[in-house]
Formats: sequence, C-alpha cells, structure tokens
Amino acid sequence: MVTAVEPPAVTPGATTARRSRRGSTNLLFLRNRKTVVGLILLTFFMVLALIGDVIAPYDPSATSPIGLQPPSTDHLLGTTSLGQDILSQILVGTRGVLVVAFLAGALATVLSVLVGITAGYLGGTSDEVLSLVSNIFLVIPALPLIIIVTGLLPSAGGLTIALIIALTGWAWGSRVLRAQTLSLRNRDFVEAARANGESTWRIIIFEILPNLTAVIASGFIGTVIFAMLSEITLAFIGVTSISDWNWGTILFWAQSNQALAMGAWWWFVPAGLCIAGVGTALTLINFGIDEFVNPRLRSTGQNAKVLRAKKIRARVGFTPVLRDTTADRKPPRGAPPSRRTPLPKEQP
Amino acid sequence: MKYLLRRGAFYLLTAWAAITLNFFIPRMLPGDPVRSLINRFQGRISVEATESLYILFGLDEGRPLWRQYLDYWGNLFSGDLGLSFAYFPTPVADIIGQSLPWTLVLVGLSTILSFLLGTMLGIWVGWRRGTWADGLLPVTNFFAAIPYFWIGLLAIALFAVVWPVFPASGGYDGGLIPSATPEFIGSAVYHGILPAVTIIISSMAGWILGMRNMMVTVSSEDYVTVAHAKGLPERKVMVGYAARNAILPNISGFALSLGFIVGGTLVTEMVFTYPGIGYMLYQAVGAKDYPLMQGFFLVITLSVLVANMLADIAYAVLDPRTRQEA
Amino acid sequence: MTLHSNQPVLEIRNLSVDYGYDDNAVHALRGVDLTLHAGEVLGLAGESGCGKSTLAYAATRLLPPPGLITGGEVIFTSTRDDRRFDLLTADDRRLRATRWEDTAIVFQGAMNSLNPVYRIGRQLTDAIAAHRPQQSAADRSARAHELLELVGIPANRMRSYPHQLSGGMRQRVMIAMALALEPQIVIMDEPTTALDVVVQRQIIQQLMRLRTELGFAVVFITHDVSLLIELADRIAVMYAGQIIEDATAVEMYRAPRHPYTDGLLHSFPPLHGPRQELGGIPGSPPDLVALPAGCSFAPRCRFAFDRCETDHPVLTKTALGDEESHRRVACFQHDRDAESIPDSLMVRHS
Repeated sequence: MVTAVEPPAVTPGATTARRSRRGSTNLLFLRNRKTVVGLILLTFFMVLALIGDVIAPYDPSATSPIGLQPPSTDHLLGTTSLGQDILSQILVGTRGVLVVAFLAGALATVLSVLVGITAGYLGGTSDEVLSLVSNIFLVIPALPLIIIVTGLLPSAGGLTIALIIALTGWAWGSRVLRAQTLSLRNRDFVEAARANGESTWRIIIFEILPNLTAVIASGFIGTVIFAMLSEITLAFIGVTSISDWNWGTILFWAQSNQALAMGAWWWFVPAGLCIAGVGTALTLINFGIDEFVNPRLRSTGQNAKVLRAKKIRARVGFTPVLRDTTADRKPPRGAPPSRRTPLPKEQP
Repeated sequence: MKYLLRRGAFYLLTAWAAITLNFFIPRMLPGDPVRSLINRFQGRISVEATESLYILFGLDEGRPLWRQYLDYWGNLFSGDLGLSFAYFPTPVADIIGQSLPWTLVLVGLSTILSFLLGTMLGIWVGWRRGTWADGLLPVTNFFAAIPYFWIGLLAIALFAVVWPVFPASGGYDGGLIPSATPEFIGSAVYHGILPAVTIIISSMAGWILGMRNMMVTVSSEDYVTVAHAKGLPERKVMVGYAARNAILPNISGFALSLGFIVGGTLVTEMVFTYPGIGYMLYQAVGAKDYPLMQGFFLVITLSVLVANMLADIAYAVLDPRTRQEA
Repeated sequence: MTLHSNQPVLEIRNLSVDYGYDDNAVHALRGVDLTLHAGEVLGLAGESGCGKSTLAYAATRLLPPPGLITGGEVIFTSTRDDRRFDLLTADDRRLRATRWEDTAIVFQGAMNSLNPVYRIGRQLTDAIAAHRPQQSAADRSARAHELLELVGIPANRMRSYPHQLSGGMRQRVMIAMALALEPQIVIMDEPTTALDVVVQRQIIQQLMRLRTELGFAVVFITHDVSLLIELADRIAVMYAGQIIEDATAVEMYRAPRHPYTDGLLHSFPPLHGPRQELGGIPGSPPDLVALPAGCSFAPRCRFAFDRCETDHPVLTKTALGDEESHRRVACFQHDRDAESIPDSLMVRHS
C-alpha cells in the first residue's frame, strides 16, 4: 500500500525520483527505530535457521518414554505426547520455514518485477494482456488453490511448496509495480533518456528500476510473510510432508493429539510466537520502507518525543505555535473575543 | 457504466479461467490415483456416475480433449459435480450445498464486520496522528503477523478449555437437528461467536494499518487543507474530505485480499471443526477426495469473484471518477 | 486606482517560521513584518522558495507539518465590527469561525484543491453551511448559483465533479468558493500560474472587477512581478525568507531601492521605450539550510561591499528617509552617505 503521490509544494525535503541516490538516504532508512528492531529480530531468527540443528539439545524426531511434559530444566519448552523435545523441534524447524518463505518470496518478486514493470512501461496491448493475467491470478484465492495442488501431488517437498506459493502469490506485487512504473514513465528523466535514444531495456534497468527498489523491497517482504503463513498453514493441515520439521508441523501434531483439550499450552504457544515474531520483524522492516518511501508517514518516531517535550501537536490545518514562556501572555481561556491587548487603532 | 461492464467482462473471463483450471488440474496429476479409486468402488457406482467421473477426470482416453471439455461444461451447468469419494455416494453438489451456508454466514459476517471495525479504527488512529493513538500501531502490527489459526487455537485454549465459556468446536450443539427453530439458531450463534471473534481480530489489524496509512497520506492533500481553511467542523473534514477519499484504495484492496482472507478463514473453520467449506475441504484433502476438492475450489473461487464484483460496484458508487473512463 | 484606506486589516509582526521541530529545522521565515490595509491590493513577489506562500499560510495557520511558527503576531482587525485579535493565539473555535468568514484563500486551482468525490455545488455550500447554520438549504443553493454566475460558470455545472472541469473553470470555482461569505481579506496563491495566458487575463480581470464591487483587501502571491506592477497598490518583495523591499507599485517600478528588485525589474523587457539589454541576476537563490552570514543576497549582488558580508540588514527606511517614509528596504546601501550609494538605487521620482 505504498503510494507515489507528490507532496504539496509547501513542504520541503520530500523524496523525489532521482537518477542516483545519495548515501545519506540509506542511513536515514536505518535511523528509524522500528526498522532496526525488525532487523535485529529477523537476524536472530536467521541465525537460528543457520545453527538450529547444531544447537538443538535433542533430535526433534526422537521419541522418549516420558510422554507429555510441561517445560522443565531438561526440556525448556516441554515435550510432546511422544516425549519429543519441543525446543529442538522449533530450532530445527526454523530453517525449513525461513528457507521456503524467502525462496518463494524471491521467486514471486522476480515474476512480479518482470510482469509488472513490462506491463507498466510498454503499455498498450502488452499491458492489457499482462494485466489481465495478473488480475486473474490475483482474484483466484491462493490458499485453496495451493491446498488442492499440494494435496494432489504425491509428495511435496520444500522446493515444490515454494514454487507453488510463488506462482500463486506474485500477482499483487506486479500490480503495484505496474502502477509505479506507469507514473515513472512520464517523468522527465525517462523522457530525456528516450529522447537520447536509449534502448527500452537499458531505460528499464538503469532509469526505472533504481527508483523502484523501495517498492520492490516492500513487495518482497510482503510476499515472504504471505509465503510463510501459507506454508505453515499447509503444514498445519497436514498437506506437506511430515518428515521435514517446520513450525506448522509442530502445530499439526499438537492439533492431532488434542493438545488443547489436554491443556498442553507449551505445545502450540511457542510455535505461534515464533511465527508472530518473524512476521512482526518483517512487518516492522516493511513499515520502515513505507515511511522511507512516503515521507508523510514519517516523523512519528523520533519527532514524537521532541514534540511532546515541547508540547507541540503537529496537525494539518492548525499550524502549532511555539510560545516562549517569558515573552507573551496568553489570554485566559474563555476570554471575550473582542479585545486582547489595547492596541491603538489607526485613524482612517 | 463502462467501467462496470469492463469489470463484468473481466470477471466472466476469470471465472472461465478458474473453471478451465479446475478442468486441467486432475489431468496434470502424476500417476493415476483416480483410476484406482474408481476401480475400488466399481460395482457400486451407476453407469451415469462413472460417466461423469470420467468426464471430470478425463480418464476416458477414447474422447478427444475438447470433447471432454465441452462435456465438463455441460455437467457443470446441470449442477453435476460428480460424486464424492469420501462420502460416497453423496453427490458433491449436495455436500457443498450443506456446508456453504455455514461458511457464508460465518465468513461473510465476520469479514464485513472486521472491515468496518478496522476501517473506523484506522480512520480514527490516522486522524489522531501524533497522539497516544499511535501507540496502538505496534500492537496491531503484531496481530497482523499472526496466522489466523493460531489465534483460533489460543482462543480455544483460553475460552473453551481454561475458562469454559464457549464451545470448542462444532457449528451447533451435536444433539440438535438443523432446522429453523430459535433453539437451533441460538445454538448456532453461540457456537459461531468464538470463530467469528477469531476471524475479526486477526483480519482487523490489516484494515486498521491500511486505513491509517491512507488517512495520513490523504490528510496532506491540498483539498483537506482547503477544507480546514474553510473553517469546516473537524468531523466533517475527517469524514467527508479525508476518510471518503482514503477509503477508496482500501475498497479495492479489500476486493483483492478476499482471496487471502478466504484462505485464512477456511483454516479457522478447520481449527474449530466448524461445518463449513473450509473444514470439509480439510477432510477432503485428508481423504484424497478429488471430486469434492474440485467442487470446493470451484465454489470458493466463484464466491470470491462475486464478492470482488460487489466490491467493484461499491467502488464505482463511491468514486465518481470511475464513472468516466478517461 | 487606490481604493484603500489606511486602516490596517492584517498586521503581521515579527513572524518567524521553521520547517522541522528539532535543532536542524530550517528557518523559512525570520522576523517578517507586513501590514495589509483595508481594501488594498498587496502583491507578494519573489522567486520559488523565497517564502511568500509560507508567509501566507503561516499567517492563517494553515502551514502543513512540519511547519512550526516560532514567534510573532498576526493581528486581524475587522472593518465591520469591533473584533481585533491575534490569529496565532486564537483557539480552535475562534480560528474556525474567522476562517473563510473574514479571511479566505484562493488556492491554486490544481486538480488537488477540490475534493474529488464531492460535486462542485456541495463544495460551495458546505462552507456556507458551516458558518451560517441558520440558512436553509434552498438559500445556500441559491447563493451557490449566484457565486457561479459571478465568476462566469454556467449554473448547470453545480452538479459536476472536479475532474469534469477544465483548469480555468476549476480556478474560477476556487475564486467563487473564496467569495462565498464575502470575506474582508482574500489571499490569492499563484492563481494564474497553472493557466495559459488567455485564461489568465480573463481570470485576473474578473478578480479585479469583483474586488471593485465587493471591496475586499487582496494579498496576491506570485513570482510574476510584471503582473503585480499592473494590478497591485503595494508590492512587498521577498528573498530568502525575508521581505527586502516594501513600496507602492508605481514607486517600485520607477525607482527600485533594493539591488534585487532592480535586478528583477530588468529581467523582463518593457513594451515601450528604447531597447534595453536584459539584465537578469547571476547565480541562484540560496539554500535556506545554509544561508550566508550577513545579507542573504550579497553573493549575487553587484553592489555588495564589506559590511554586506558580516551584518544582516533589516527592513527599515530608505536613504531618502522622510521623503518617502512609507517605503522600506533591507539594504545597507541605504545606510551610507549619499555619495556612496549607487545611482540606480537612488532614482528620484516625481
């Protein structure tokens, strides 16, 4: 939901499309506290994905006779009804989740970039056709389609899942990119490049693409979130292969073994929290990108503190007035509207 | 008008594409699990039923593909979606007919409610930007990142197990027979509250965020400044100038995300064992009941298309610029 | 041509405006003083970014975030009753009441200034409804018809949407909207910039005719000085967030006192008189974030001397002092002995 509306002429400092980006704008993106939190959280999970199976205390599939146990010092997150260590399952499952999610996100983004930018730039019939195709994919409900396709396949490994998710989820990004490309196409610097005789491909790659990076990044992250939720849902339903560990699979077993009815909260709460954790991290990063691209959304973080300290409330339509406490005397509330200070009226 | 006609044509085309997709999917199956199933039931299927199953699954190599395709369409129009494997010999159409109303009511109402609530909250938070209302956003963010079914699980754990306020599953009290009595309806409503609340909470977050962002963007448009300059009361500016314009992308966004929402709500049904399409689809997948799966996919897709169309009509009503295709 | 009295209707004193709330805020306006008298046409001229729009919007407190008013007063004195108050300290309710009723703004008639989802008629009547709640809907509608007629738009356009109107018509709608409550002050923000020359002429003529009829004071903001010389009673020229010269239109044209004004006037050729070399001003306007110490115009000024680089000039009397006591200029040339001042800045006019 990123817009490319031009800010009003009165406000300075707005982001405009540039032929080359200044280094300082990159740092501004990182200065946003939300983004930093999101990045840290995401890095944490990525590290887990890398070393998860190394640091896991037990083999996640290994059963043990102790059965269903709440968290203890031996098993920090408790065990399943087959005595499997839940902490290990989560640690090992991280990789599966993140790999599929990012892979699907990448594939979908590539597709959406190809279709969206081409449609937006070329216009005419190619645009009509491509838009039609992407609209069809957009409207057809993704999850049921994914469920059925994966259900029909004999065995669905991580790669296949990523592919299917990518094929059903690329349309949204392509639509956004098409709209952005359309607005960029008419900008002066593109016209200039065209007048210079630059070939279409060069224009797309060197002029238009750099200005779309923020939108593409935002779309990528959105798709990764979608992919993650989809794959976890698939695992939860039991459609994907059960041999690979995955947070959704944990929930699948929890559901099949009536964890809820038995009050075994430790079985399904941690997995959900991890999902929410990754999702939140990605959304925060997306927020950061959104605010970076659309300057109007900014200034709620840093500025909020400064504003509160100075007791300023920034509102559209009612410009705040900073008052030096020593200088002016404010009239008491409810003072009569006619005169404030006796200022001499000039005679006509 | 032209806009609506264009959209109408698009939907017809998409419907055709979805139905054709439905036609081709089983024919792309590796191996031939369908035939073995038909063999298994041999003797218990009537000739006509076998016939329609052949048509549905393209197992009759004797006929050319386009012929099969036409027969497939013919079947569809006569309401024949084949027989279910898992609930043999119930026709697929019947099963869909039974579960569809449940889903329509639950999902339909919850989605609309969550859109309305989310939009109103989003307007309010977006308008009160820079105040404490902004603090709600990180919380909303967190909820938007949680899969629907997990909230469902949590809801069950809290309100059905720990504090047994609501039933943990089912669409209605098992002892009752579905009928239009107040007792039954009351039971249905009672069972529907927890799933509905789950859906509303999980999907509301997205609307709040989207609407808030749009309100913030629209608030800096010139016409809002003009409205303030005219000295109009705050409520009028917020609703008539800001919200009225901010909601437009949200409505088209609503239409587009219906596909995603439907997915999430289906899973919620699975979690609550609610007798709607979602749960039945879950069973169908588990039982490898292909005819049923196909039938459900078709119905779901067509419903989403219809909902999209309704959203488009709403958009055309609200945005006068669409009434004149430039 | 001058219909105005000497009674001030809007007094801007020492207005300072920042963009941004923290320590690296840009100081867009620094201590601006300006007075608008009842019934007069005051032109506000300057290049893009000099602060003329900022001044107008800050004075009416319509500056969008991150605008912040850091000091000064904007005193409105009504010519119709006893009211006199500072807009900057007024509370929301009083501000809303005075807006449009006393001071109206004609925004640029861009596509964006009109609400895309409301019909024109409604956008005209909602302002009336907000301030005159006792009027009936029929009365409001009649008034809207009147207003459209005033600006030369056929009445059947009441039911049109903004996207169905041409640029010139939209600008006229903005004018009609501004006049709905017969305000005492009308601020016009570049009303003709987006229009072609023919339409420009029509609109200006209409505006001035209306002004003669209704007698409101006008603040006309534009970068087109030549237009102001024709239309305005007085002109205030702005540069880098400051007013650097303030005089009547005739005086400014015949005898500019500031090097910048001098340069501006030599940037467009006169239709009559001998052929002149077009002057222009070398360089470009300063970045408000990094203003030079001393006079902001000094780097581009052909008359700059050592004092110009160290001290900052304020708006004050010219070198001719009491001879032209109503004129103001912000230039150190006028603080020197008569022999040192360049001739072009000291043209006397009869």
